[in-house]
Amino acid sequence: MFKKITTAWALHRRAAMIVALIVLIIYPFLFSNQYLVTVATLGGVYSILAMSLNLISGYMGITSLGHAAFWGVGAYTAALLSTKLGWPFLLTLLAACIVSLIFGVLLGLPTLRLSGRYLTIVTLAFCEIIKTVETNWRSLTNGASGIVGIPKPEIFGYTFSSPKQIYFMVLVLCAITYILISRLMDSRLGRGITAVRDDYIAAQAMGIKDSRYKIMAFVISAALAGVAGGFYAHYMSFISPLNFSFDYSTLILSMIIIGGLGNLTGSVIGALLLTILPEALRPIMEWRQVIYGALLVVVILCKPTGILGNVNLKHIRQRVLFDRKKENEGKKDEEGEVKA
Amino acid sequence: MFFQQLFNGIIIGATYSLVAVGFSIVYSVLELVNFAHGSFYVLAGYLVLTMYSFMALPYPVALLASLVITSILGALMNKCLLEPIRRKTSSGESVMTATLGVSTFILNLIMVLYGSETKPFPMPFDLGRIYIGNVIMKWDQIIIGIAAVIMIVIMSLIIYKTKIGSGMRAIAQDVSAAKLMGVNTEMVITVAFFSGTLCAAIAGILIAMYYGSVDTTMYLGVSMKTFAASLLGGIGSLPGAALGGVIIGILEAFVAGYVGAEWKDCMAFVVLILVLLFRPSGLFGHKEIKKV
Repeated sequence: MFKKITTAWALHRRAAMIVALIVLIIYPFLFSNQYLVTVATLGGVYSILAMSLNLISGYMGITSLGHAAFWGVGAYTAALLSTKLGWPFLLTLLAACIVSLIFGVLLGLPTLRLSGRYLTIVTLAFCEIIKTVETNWRSLTNGASGIVGIPKPEIFGYTFSSPKQIYFMVLVLCAITYILISRLMDSRLGRGITAVRDDYIAAQAMGIKDSRYKIMAFVISAALAGVAGGFYAHYMSFISPLNFSFDYSTLILSMIIIGGLGNLTGSVIGALLLTILPEALRPIMEWRQVIYGALLVVVILCKPTGILGNVNLKHIRQRVLFDRKKENEGKKDEEGEVKA
Repeated sequence: MFFQQLFNGIIIGATYSLVAVGFSIVYSVLELVNFAHGSFYVLAGYLVLTMYSFMALPYPVALLASLVITSILGALMNKCLLEPIRRKTSSGESVMTATLGVSTFILNLIMVLYGSETKPFPMPFDLGRIYIGNVIMKWDQIIIGIAAVIMIVIMSLIIYKTKIGSGMRAIAQDVSAAKLMGVNTEMVITVAFFSGTLCAAIAGILIAMYYGSVDTTMYLGVSMKTFAASLLGGIGSLPGAALGGVIIGILEAFVAGYVGAEWKDCMAFVVLILVLLFRPSGLFGHKEIKKV
């Protein structure tokens, strides 16, 4: 069943993409219920975060528990610049991106000296340090009570305030992130990143500077998470350190593991699943985290690679096409023999 | 003041050492960063609370039962969850993420069942205190310190002097060679999880007695301190982990005494960062050499 779906998908990739896009575009018009659109918007924010974390944890192979920190840095940058200095939306988004990028370099630097196991601890510490600063630097961040009254996104005088407008904005951001990362992974840089993950000694022997690729992966991932944070701050118009705690790092990591490490579509599916699930389970809201934990263990136990972890669409497509070609040639040969 | 802080620091540090030793036992065998370790530490305290306050069992029985249940849960986690995952995939990251899932599950289950506020922890005896110079030593503090030291000694004896301990060290060096030599690797790993979790459980109960309260937010703090202590001592080294725990305890006590109590929990980060900057292999660790 699963195999049939992936085969059909591999053969009709472009068609599947167009159908998915059409569904996403008409989605807010299908339901008059604003709540469903809001849930989808949140799903979009998490999709960006999951896709960007996939760059570090999936393609680069470093399990990171610090992603919520980049998200938080982006959100706080955008919130502070717009409430204290009154910067316009596009500029704060850019600033969020740049400041997160700088923090990406900061967290990326220790990766050059340490191996994977230590790194997870370092990323966890990073997340906690950022949260401690956000909570304790009261004069700047207003401490645990957070920042209120962040203006809604506005581009050249046009304000995005209704749920539908916000939805389309996050859809565009998601599409940009998806295209950016998938193009990136097909480029020289992306090949370098996966080569370093698979065997860094062999990669070094091939002349790939692993330090450069590691830093690049962190920088790009952090910058994208920063954009997600900036958008999130304007969209929610309220943020507090609790939004960016260790729990959220675990949540984003669960998303990409359930979706499948190193698979972008999987990340989006995982993000949407884990956003919709708690909404569907609203009556037992307090059990949400318990269910995440159990789900994470069960998924790893049943399918350690996640839903789409080992699915390489290009490879499936090539194999199916090759089989078909061989079959056709076989038939032609038989026909030829009969004629002779 | 100085000696008082030193004493407090050593006592608290001894319990950190115990958690870090438990963490290092599992780490040295499997090279696994066990995120569930801290959640067992929290769970043990809550189990005592349940059995003593709600089920009205005698105090020593509640303590013992809590230790046994927690350690068996730790061993079961390995047997029923981690072992099948290890068999399916060679990726250590999957196993680590599974322990993260287990800890999320346990901590939030506790939070749902008990609520997230701090609960008072029962301590039925008041043992009094003694004075040496102007240092006040409570008897329960002394007992906590002695208990932690005894446990660390017992664990070191098990690892370095018994057959099962040499099995653990053999697996740490080379799993397949250990198997070929007739070591029952899965059993030894389960024992490692049992004893590691036992250390965490004992430390959790001792800390709960020390502060007189239990709280699910202890998890992150103790996990950071465990990581920092093991990293400082050289990750995977038992004496290193013990020393690292004591150093962090003393640092915390001095910072709390001379700088301010709110900066106490930052010491783990400071130690972590300094160690990673200047000596990533820790005090007792060996530099990792990767052979091609």
